[in-house]
Amino acid sequence: MDRRKFLKLAAISASLAGGVPGFFNREVKAKNYSPPPGALTARRWGMAIDIKKCWEEPECNDCIKACHHIHNVPNIPEKKKEIKWIWKDEFEHVFPDKPNEFNNLVFSHKPFILLCNHCKHPPCVRVCPTQATFKREDGIVMMDYHRCIGCRFCMAACPFGARSFNWVDPRPYIQDPNPEFPTRMKGVVEKCLFCYERLEKGQIPACVEACKRKALIFGDLEDENSEIAQVLKSRFSIRRKPELGTGPSVFYLIG
Amino acid sequence: MYNSDKVIPGIIIFVLFVTLPIWWNHGKTVAAPQPELPQGRCVESKEYMRSHHMQLLNQWRNMAIRDGMRVYTSSDGARFWIGLQNGCMKCHHDKSKFCDRCHQFAAVEPYCWNCHIPPETKKFGPPKATKLLKLFHVPVTLGDSQEGEE
Amino acid sequence: MLEKALVGSRKYWLWLAFLGTLIFIGFLAFLAQLQYGLGITGMSRDVSWGFYVAQFTFLVGVAASGVMVVLPYYLHNHKVFGPVTIFGEFLAIAAVIMCLLFIIVDIGQTHRLFNVLLHPTPHSMLFYDMIVLNGYLALNVICGWAALHGEYKGTHYPKWVKPFIYLSIPWAFSIHTVTAFLYAGLPGRHFWLTAVMAPRFLASAFCSGPALLLIAILIAQKVSKFRVDPKAIDTLSKIITYALLANIFLFGCELFTAFYSHIPGHMASIVYLFKGLHGHTEWVIFMWTAWLLMAAAALILVIPPLRRNLNTLVLACIMLFIGAWIDKGIGLLTGGFTPTPFETVTPYRPTVPELLISLGIWATGFLIMTVLFKIAIAVKEARAA
Repeated sequence: MDRRKFLKLAAISASLAGGVPGFFNREVKAKNYSPPPGALTARRWGMAIDIKKCWEEPECNDCIKACHHIHNVPNIPEKKKEIKWIWKDEFEHVFPDKPNEFNNLVFSHKPFILLCNHCKHPPCVRVCPTQATFKREDGIVMMDYHRCIGCRFCMAACPFGARSFNWVDPRPYIQDPNPEFPTRMKGVVEKCLFCYERLEKGQIPACVEACKRKALIFGDLEDENSEIAQVLKSRFSIRRKPELGTGPSVFYLIG
Repeated sequence: MYNSDKVIPGIIIFVLFVTLPIWWNHGKTVAAPQPELPQGRCVESKEYMRSHHMQLLNQWRNMAIRDGMRVYTSSDGARFWIGLQNGCMKCHHDKSKFCDRCHQFAAVEPYCWNCHIPPETKKFGPPKATKLLKLFHVPVTLGDSQEGEE
Repeated sequence: MLEKALVGSRKYWLWLAFLGTLIFIGFLAFLAQLQYGLGITGMSRDVSWGFYVAQFTFLVGVAASGVMVVLPYYLHNHKVFGPVTIFGEFLAIAAVIMCLLFIIVDIGQTHRLFNVLLHPTPHSMLFYDMIVLNGYLALNVICGWAALHGEYKGTHYPKWVKPFIYLSIPWAFSIHTVTAFLYAGLPGRHFWLTAVMAPRFLASAFCSGPALLLIAILIAQKVSKFRVDPKAIDTLSKIITYALLANIFLFGCELFTAFYSHIPGHMASIVYLFKGLHGHTEWVIFMWTAWLLMAAAALILVIPPLRRNLNTLVLACIMLFIGAWIDKGIGLLTGGFTPTPFETVTPYRPTVPELLISLGIWATGFLIMTVLFKIAIAVKEARAA
């Protein structure tokens, strides 16, 4: 092959290489996307749980039922493989470093509500290799189930046990599916998303709405006038494992 | 060429084998799929949706989930709520009469519906046992276990 | 050169057929896992990584250990290692492939694996792990194959290979360091949150990997005319000895920090592994076995006549390999996840399909190793003749 032929060939293959992928990737026409009108927005969403109000109804599971129903969270009987977004556990397990052998009357074995802490510096987001879990500008630690590869690195990284993995197809364990929300498939990790899909429609999270004692306070931590900011200023609250520096956005009002 | 008595028949057999689907189906005709279209307009033109719905859906899910952009303004200025269950399927009431008709024809199996619930689905069936699972004695349904917890 | 792998004794083929059977069974079990999900394993919400990730971690170490024969030869001109380096590189190839397979079987959405490339995420340690492991595989394929091909043709390996060889040396350290960083940077997992994680990983790798290599070379000497200089065996056994002692020392450092500080979180995992916690004693017998084996191996290796005696040397190698395997392959993962973030204990027990899949991957590794070693030995025999 002489030089001229080679150059010609090179030019043709280069234009092909440029053109063919262009053909396959034909971009969607210029369209506009906008955030939903009327959505609830914040600089940093957070939740305060007034635990004494919660204890006024010891048998109540309304928040858990509401959340798990509208999000199609399966009810898996095998405890080791269960999936939960919001649940109850006793003081000793929720705050393992807090029990005190001489003064354990107030809190011992008392139930606390648990959910994803939507941390300010979420370790789960740091470790995710595909950005399937990421932090939104409003502080919600989000899951993109389309992208999760199921490596479970986020579960190892989360110090709060907030994440569940779909060890099997969850669908057979969903008794009464909500047609407005998807299920998950086997092999992805899931957790509480602070009801981002309700905030978009101007609604507060399902658990907050379901609580008849108004024990769950949801709002913008960085808005001084919000109810949550006010209550956190005036009452004593604790967070789970603050020493780890993840900056949980869920507070427990205990004073 | 060395071993041409083996190489050339080998190439011929290989070519015949990989083109087998063409010979096999030669002369047969299959009716073109007839998806049931709802009344009214779609977010974009029929031609555009036919050729580009997969790119559009992919962009939709990224914009809605990752950027919080839930509202789509189409090329003619109409606005739509982004969503498969809460958008598309509010008009396309039946996945089996719309999506499936073409997808089956084209032999593609998008896994949208592993998570998204088709409008016609009201209940999910029990888990299925397969030969392989039986071979390895895998319990098909997750049962109560006594283990765990302290 | 590949044709050398196609001629062999009856024993060679029987061995390959045996491995092939194990691979086939493992593959069937993997298909069952694809259908059912990772629920087929013993992993749980609380112990969310198990046997697969543990094998992966251990084998990254074995892969990295190839450097222990490459480094003395290329950086210190330790001539007797010349004929051995190729085996170090081939061992690394087999081990890295096993690592990659263990990752593939461990992830929940197998067909989305390439999302890691599609959405590269530099703040995730898994991103770097993917780069260093695949890079290390490529380096060893290039260096090993080029060196052997040179020998096959009776020439020296080509000049362009040299930079790759030098690059492969720090790269070997990087693969196990990054693997340690997968664990060592997670808040709230006290057992893993330790700065000596990477050094200890390297130490346990540099004793167990060369131990496997040493055994493989001795087997090769038994079944072929291939011979290495006894001095090479001697150096290798010294390397194993020092690495094993370093591993034991670093573990001692962990024990001191945990128990002298008396911080409950730091002690709990170790107590669970060696004594049992909340009545759960699943792994106590394994952990004591592991450390007694390693201690006994260390004792054999530090006594020169016992180290020079091939029988006791092989015994020590087998003991420390099993010990290191239990320590890293079981203790590291279950210890890290126990107690749970709720200070409870959720026991983990691998299931039969999980073990069959793992066995299938180990068989794949041994198959690759056998074929590559066979080629190398055949080339060396042909040279010698």
